[in-house]
Amino acid sequence: MSDASERAASPIGAASEVLSAADVRRAITRIGHEIVERNRGLDGVVLVGIQTGGVWLAERLGAAIAGFEDGATVPVGTLDVSFYRDDIGLRPVVPSAPTALPALDGRVVVLVDDVLYTGRTIRAALDALNDHGRPRAVQLAVLVDRGHRELPIRPDFVGKNLPTSREETVTVEPEGVVIERRGGAR
Amino acid sequence: MSRHLRSIEELGVDGIRTLLDLAGHMAEVNRRSIPKVPALRGKTVVSLFFEDSTRTRLSFETAAKRLSADVMTFSASSSSANKGESLRDTVETLDAMGIDAVVVRHKSSGVPWQIARWTDASIVNAGDGWHAHPTQALLDCYTIRDRLPGRRFDDLHVAIVGDVKHSRVARSDVAALRALGARVTVVAPPTLLPPSLDGWGVEVSHDLDAVVGARGSDALDVAYVLRMQLERQEQALVPTLREYTSCFGLTPERAARLPDHALVMHPGPMNRGVEIAPEVADSPRSVVTAQVANGVAVRMAVLYWLLGSGADLAKEAE
Repeated sequence: MSDASERAASPIGAASEVLSAADVRRAITRIGHEIVERNRGLDGVVLVGIQTGGVWLAERLGAAIAGFEDGATVPVGTLDVSFYRDDIGLRPVVPSAPTALPALDGRVVVLVDDVLYTGRTIRAALDALNDHGRPRAVQLAVLVDRGHRELPIRPDFVGKNLPTSREETVTVEPEGVVIERRGGAR
Repeated sequence: MSRHLRSIEELGVDGIRTLLDLAGHMAEVNRRSIPKVPALRGKTVVSLFFEDSTRTRLSFETAAKRLSADVMTFSASSSSANKGESLRDTVETLDAMGIDAVVVRHKSSGVPWQIARWTDASIVNAGDGWHAHPTQALLDCYTIRDRLPGRRFDDLHVAIVGDVKHSRVARSDVAALRALGARVTVVAPPTLLPPSLDGWGVEVSHDLDAVVGARGSDALDVAYVLRMQLERQEQALVPTLREYTSCFGLTPERAARLPDHALVMHPGPMNRGVEIAPEVADSPRSVVTAQVANGVAVRMAVLYWLLGSGADLAKEAE
């Protein structure tokens, strides 16, 4: 991926940065605080990043929490939901990196993803979690909620609510969040 | 346009790598306490076996079930094939029931290509005559990659020992290993080699002792022992099984001369005491049971790739 400034200058569509690297960092720190506050500590809390966009975010969240909670370590896992998607056979669905999860039984699982959109990925993630154990509760943290839900799914922790049209793409990276109109869809 | 897996050649090196990577994901599924995912719900896989097989058939059926596909089993001994139904009628009957994939084993080479003309389902070759057994080759490559971590295929030397002439496993394994860049030496008496090895890209030896004892750039990484098909003795291709064992069997003495890291592999079922000694088959360097376990993961990868990954959609979109 090219950096944000390059993309902003690209001639295809209008790309605009909606969160800077500093904004992303602050949002992650705030979500970290909210997770600790909501669960009254970190007892039994597990962060699970959804492949691929949620993985770095879960790791950054874990590091942020360790930073302000005196080095407390939160277990961080990764979850690939490809085999649980509802669009298998409708579009290419190929897993990216294997699932690696700590024990989930009786824990509070915080699912972490970069962008919440239709909610279908989260639906697949809930089914996938079910096959790995029985968490006490599942919560959802996303950096960007861009709307357009197609299922009754609501996040517990949000970095930024970002009204978008379906013709736009949202790219989330540690260096910032960029929104871009797809070329040709005018 | 359906996709098929009928031979390694049809798959190509990119396809081999794609399936080995996908098999890694499937192996993770198989390690779970609930080793089942809903990926192929509503798909129907038929296992159509005209030749005896337990491990391959069970492996495919397990793979299909772990992906939540429905499985129909056809075995020639208990079917209308016994009443003289033709292969074509059998396939067209199955096709009329609505099927998505056919896993076929037949004693005649080329059957998987033939039946692809009579059904829209994806065809998976589970062994046709002496010709090909591509999922065996894939699971062997997966096992090698898994058990020799950090090694590259183009840096490996594999010896395939035994009845190469009548072996579809040998043909498919050579094709896959050569495609991935490995060096392959076939070791067999001249009577058990095909008339020509042109185009195989392999080296030939009749001296197993020299091959297992080699060091330096010729050192082996894998000794792959083929099943000695016992009826070959009746055809006078080997004088006696004892003589075969003394010249081409992987005995404890020969296994001890392999490099320390080298793997011993066998496609099964083993004739213990003929092509492989029981002590060698059960030794730590033997990965025979890992091959069986990996077979399920690889066949899951194949079925998902054919029926679920949408890779055919990607191709059409291009």
